[in-house]
Amino acid sequence: MECVLELRAVSKHYASHHAVNGVSLNLARGEFFSLLGPSGCGKTTTLRMVAGFEEPTEGEIRLNGASIQHLKPYQRNVSTVFQNYALFPHLTVRDNVEFGLRRRAGNHIGDRVRDVLDLVQLAGKESRRPSQLSGGERQRVALARSLVLEPEVLLLDEPLSALDPNLRKQVRAELKAIQRRVGITFLFVTHDQEEALSLSDRLGVMNKGRLEQVGTPEEIYLHPSTRFVASFLGAVNWIGDVGVRPEAMRIAREPSRNGHRSRPATIVHSTFLGNCVHVDTRLSDGEPAVVEVSRLGETFAPGQAVHLWWEPADELRFDELHHE
Amino acid sequence: MNRLRAWFLAPTWITVITLFLAPLAIILGYSFLTRGIYGGITAPWTAESYQRLIDPIYLVILWRSFWVAGASTVLCLLLGFPLALFISRAGQHKNFYLGLVMLPFWTSFLVRTYAWMFLLRDTGLLNTLLEKLGLIHSPLPLLYNDGAVILGLVYGYLPFTVLPLYATLERLDRTLLEASADLGAKPWATLTRVTIPLSAPGIRAGAILVFIPCLGAYLTPDLLGGGKSVMIGNLIQNQFTTARDWPFGSAVSLVLMAIVMVLLFVIARGEGEDLL
Repeated sequence: MECVLELRAVSKHYASHHAVNGVSLNLARGEFFSLLGPSGCGKTTTLRMVAGFEEPTEGEIRLNGASIQHLKPYQRNVSTVFQNYALFPHLTVRDNVEFGLRRRAGNHIGDRVRDVLDLVQLAGKESRRPSQLSGGERQRVALARSLVLEPEVLLLDEPLSALDPNLRKQVRAELKAIQRRVGITFLFVTHDQEEALSLSDRLGVMNKGRLEQVGTPEEIYLHPSTRFVASFLGAVNWIGDVGVRPEAMRIAREPSRNGHRSRPATIVHSTFLGNCVHVDTRLSDGEPAVVEVSRLGETFAPGQAVHLWWEPADELRFDELHHE
Repeated sequence: MNRLRAWFLAPTWITVITLFLAPLAIILGYSFLTRGIYGGITAPWTAESYQRLIDPIYLVILWRSFWVAGASTVLCLLLGFPLALFISRAGQHKNFYLGLVMLPFWTSFLVRTYAWMFLLRDTGLLNTLLEKLGLIHSPLPLLYNDGAVILGLVYGYLPFTVLPLYATLERLDRTLLEASADLGAKPWATLTRVTIPLSAPGIRAGAILVFIPCLGAYLTPDLLGGGKSVMIGNLIQNQFTTARDWPFGSAVSLVLMAIVMVLLFVIARGEGEDLL
């Protein structure tokens, strides 16, 4: 696996707080990598250090093996798709896309711009201004403007967050398809776990400036290494020291059969969601637990005493000695 | 509802009518009358004042006014843009620097223009200093020419370019500058391809705010230009005082106003196209 971008113990300290703390990361060429975390976790600062807008306080950033952390943004062969797209309002779609090409070799500019506009399905809208485009179209112009430069790594700072929810899923699929076609390495920053899980080849979960876990979506969802990761990606019911995902739990009138764990609980409320049913329950010790089942075999009334059971293999266990 | 509206608008209308439209009508009337022997106006009605304007003497003055005002505007923009850019990025010291820009307004413009005369005249500070240093043997002609007038106008009107430019640059979306650098543009390219085009409204406002008062300037060319660098403002003033030709003075005023209005109209149309 060829490494295109490498972060070695990168930190960014401000006077008042440590935004990023010792983040180390390797991106393989052509992969779709997401940095996932709540707002303020340091993911955007990390992205901005790779782009060159912030200089790391400590650590090293290497692009194709060469240190780049002291280079200016215009000296790095990476490109950013900004959260608000940052399209130049005084330029047309074509001029926006050509902006970064101006200083490069002449003859093929027209072809490259046409190709990339075809790729993002904006052919025919070359002479429009950004103010005449829809949100989704602006997002595609921003993408085209960066892709046309064929950067080593494309940095995307929550590029879907400004779109309305209906459009977001569609654009998500398009984004993934485009990444597959061009084969450019994507570093994608988001706070949306569904986005990160559905788009990424691998993802890293950040919390309070630290990278808590790196892995494939399956690895991280099924084997989270910390309590934070477990609860940030999907829901978890905490039963003593172990966590159990709502969809791994079952509800029955009687205690478990052999080999299953079980706990007595009381039904609080059940919600029919079409493809599944959410059942809110309360364990005997008073803690809430959510069970998600595809359909209820029998009806349960609020207040009814039941048993929740699950397989030991579905338990999430953590030995966080360094837990803060 | 409409009555209430009319009452609230009344002060505006009274101001516009008594302080703007009525004087304008008087000037318009004067410009078509004949000069009185001791000033003032008298019958009959005539368009003679307008016909006299075509005289090359007045066209030269008109031309000089345009180029002095134009040169002053360009210099104000060239000096004001870097200053406004600097202030807009000065962080917490912004207000201090803006205060410095406004500071000259605390003193009368007349006094400040006199100060320039003391600096620039043959026995002034600058010439004396250069002679004492042995750099020159006879005084440099610093005063009473177009250069001195332009200097005085730039000095006086620089704040009027800095303030609108500052207002535009302050609002400029910083991520656009980051995007430009991100796409490979060096700082100078970002300045010429992003910052300056996007500050066009401020540049336009600053240019208008300087060019129009410079075109009609009277005090500065009078004091720093002497009799040698006469501008339209001096011509108008002269008609109402020593020349005692009120109709001609009125006609020149109206022509100046018409030129300014045509210019504003052209600029406003350009602005409209930018928005498309």
